Amino acid sequence: MLQVETLTKSFDDFMAVNGANLTVGKGEIVAVIGPNGAGKTTLFNLITGALKRDRGKIIFKSEDISELPPYEICMKGISRSYQIVNIFPRLTVFENAQVAVLSHQRRSSNLFRPAKTIAVKETRSILESVGLLEKEKSIAGSLSHGDQKILEIAVALGNDPELLILDEPTAGMSPEETQATMELVKRLARMRGLTILFCEHDMNIVFSIAQSIMVMRHGQTIVQGTPEEVRDNKEVQEAYLGGE
Amino acid sequence: MEMIRSKWFFLSAGLVVLLLILPSFIPRFYVYLLALIFVTSLLAMSLNLVVGYGGLFQFHHGVFYGVGAYTIALMLKKTSLPMWMGFVAGPIAAAIVGLIIGWFCVRLTRLYFGMLQISLGSLIWVIVFRWYSFTGGDDGLPGIPIPQVLVPLSHSYYFILAILILCLIILYLILKSPFGNTLQAIRDNPQRCEAIGINVRRHQLIAIVIATFFAGVAGVLFVVLERSVSAELLFWVLSLEIFIMCLLGGWFTFAGPILGAVIMVALRTFVGIFTEYWTLILGIVLILIIFFLPEGVMGFFQKLFKPGTKAVPERGR
Repeated sequence: MLQVETLTKSFDDFMAVNGANLTVGKGEIVAVIGPNGAGKTTLFNLITGALKRDRGKIIFKSEDISELPPYEICMKGISRSYQIVNIFPRLTVFENAQVAVLSHQRRSSNLFRPAKTIAVKETRSILESVGLLEKEKSIAGSLSHGDQKILEIAVALGNDPELLILDEPTAGMSPEETQATMELVKRLARMRGLTILFCEHDMNIVFSIAQSIMVMRHGQTIVQGTPEEVRDNKEVQEAYLGGE
Repeated sequence: MEMIRSKWFFLSAGLVVLLLILPSFIPRFYVYLLALIFVTSLLAMSLNLVVGYGGLFQFHHGVFYGVGAYTIALMLKKTSLPMWMGFVAGPIAAAIVGLIIGWFCVRLTRLYFGMLQISLGSLIWVIVFRWYSFTGGDDGLPGIPIPQVLVPLSHSYYFILAILILCLIILYLILKSPFGNTLQAIRDNPQRCEAIGINVRRHQLIAIVIATFFAGVAGVLFVVLERSVSAELLFWVLSLEIFIMCLLGGWFTFAGPILGAVIMVALRTFVGIFTEYWTLILGIVLILIIFFLPEGVMGFFQKLFKPGTKAVPERGR
């Protein structure tokens, strides 16, 4: 479904991503791991168009999307959440998710119907599926950090994506919240038939839910394979797992 | 929530009734002053659509006001077309100029957006200011023949009030529409909006066209009231004043800019009687407001009456 080939991106002299390769099959849960500064977030920014790549290809559903602006990539069916909470803090929880739903239904430019009567059912069902329905009237900026991270995912779901990219969905969460969030991600993937690409620091989580793992270091792909293959890989053990 | 809404409804209905009967009881000068406040309010409201709700640095909004005013003035004075066409052409011309200037400006962000708009706007001001044979240059155009029915002050007063109310209702509906919600989302987080499939620039451009259209309506109403135009309407000082009205009244509130317009017009008129340095007083008022009421006068009162609901944190990072 998603194919990244020898992707390169440099900031001035620093090669943030330097020949990354990634394959994501339909319906898979794929993790990207690597030490801090390995280029994981940059890779996600390149796939979603937030940054422009220097060289390489990004193929989504057999179409090269590497030149498209972010909003068109989103329309193709790729949504993402962010490592650092990136929502609409002044809007309510409901409005946060609704903005994405309206965009997906291409009704963002509708001028004369009250917004609160449009896309209510779809928005509510998303909030219900992530467990934020009781808080729909709260101002998003006043939620707890954990809830904001969940809302982050809810906003991404508003576009009804085929591929959902989660950049450290559990960053800053307590162990219990982390557990609950990953359960939620698994459930969402099953319920909505999502393909999921995520990165995460907690290796237990990665090895328990990912079907395929891609390991990055210094912007390069070391290997991509099943959890067993990755665990047994000498280079990975030296570079990452054993090195701590 | 419903309680609060109906309270606001009765409050505004009461205010409208008051404004309807007031001209019979107050001196002519105050009727004129109220009408001037109406025109200025609409201008400030139109700016606040892009500034307060759109988060755009629309620094030269006065240009579109001026374009609207000059368009109707020129059509009434120099053509024999039916008069109603001037009333329609004013806002449309303003929106077209808004589209052209906005098309360049949305390519930039924040301060750069503002600076480019001041440059392009000043270009239009220079043309109006210098083109004596067409626009009257710095003399402006006096004695514009507006339709007979609108000549008595009491008539133009009601006409302006009616258009103002109509425009406010439309602006309110726009802000509550998906378009308005999305515009506010873009203000808070343009990067995330792109990521959820919104064409941010196009959305901002539409907002600018709508705002400049209503600035054009305000320009037309100005001509109805004053029956003259001058290049000052397009000068950057006026643009700054409208911007201040939004800040003063409260740019995150719907009615805030109206309050800002009331304060500005009143200050200019009444302090202006005593001293020509009325901007000195304005400066002091502004400093006090920035220190003590950072969300503007209206924002302050809203917080007072609805504690908790408006406790809006800064961007969540």
